Amino acid sequence: MEVPILKQGHYLIASIQSALTDADLSQLREALIERVGRFRARGVIVDVTALDVMDSFAVRTLRDIAHMARLRGSETVIVGIQPEVAFAMVQLGLTLKGVSTALDLEEGLAFLDRQTQLRIERGSARLDRG
Amino acid sequence: MADELLIPIAADVDVVTARQRGRDLAAHAGFSSGDQTVIAAAISEIARNILMYAKRGEVTLSLVANGDRRGIVIVARDQGPGIRDVERALEDGYSTSGGLGLGLPGARRLMDDFDVSSGVGKGTTVTMKKWRRQNA
Repeated sequence: MEVPILKQGHYLIASIQSALTDADLSQLREALIERVGRFRARGVIVDVTALDVMDSFAVRTLRDIAHMARLRGSETVIVGIQPEVAFAMVQLGLTLKGVSTALDLEEGLAFLDRQTQLRIERGSARLDRG
Repeated sequence: MADELLIPIAADVDVVTARQRGRDLAAHAGFSSGDQTVIAAAISEIARNILMYAKRGEVTLSLVANGDRRGIVIVARDQGPGIRDVERALEDGYSTSGGLGLGLPGARRLMDDFDVSSGVGKGTTVTMKKWRRQNA
């Protein structure tokens, strides 16, 4: 089941609609990393609200997406981890260390706005000095 | 619902099927939605281990009663290469597949009873149980 990826402004939004196999997750990773370049995206949101389980493979893939996107100049935020899913993840020993998360899509967008704004400010500060 | 559900594991879609059936059975048995998620996550880990190490195998799901306790039993069985060192395989971060090494130890933390029986060349059987919390 392919995950739809929407482009909204400078951001890509991948909204997971149903349970995903390992192959689906890997496919999502490839598609997002390719599109970050194609659409010159500054931010990526992966909405996992519909995921009722996150196991070690899912967590590893999300972490890979965030790290790869950062290497391509884009910030990633994972949104919508459900309370039961968070509970099971912690018991499994799964963390999303180094990966930003937000409660829902709205918070995720606000987070990316702040991040990209910071980057623009830092960029212009450098220009001023130069 | 049948007394025992058998799900053959031979492709990644079977991992999804196994954990969904497990969640359904747990819901049917009256487990809380938090416990249903925990059970589904544990099934996902051990079913993926079958794929990764043995290529194929099966997961069986059933309900048990012990006095007035009710629980779910999950057995994952394969005829794969077996585990050389079960103790180490249960340590966090130990993996021979390049994974996170959290599958077996993580599943053990999620469940109440957990047993691994394995021998090199003899395949692996993981048996795990979760008991329904009283008054939950």
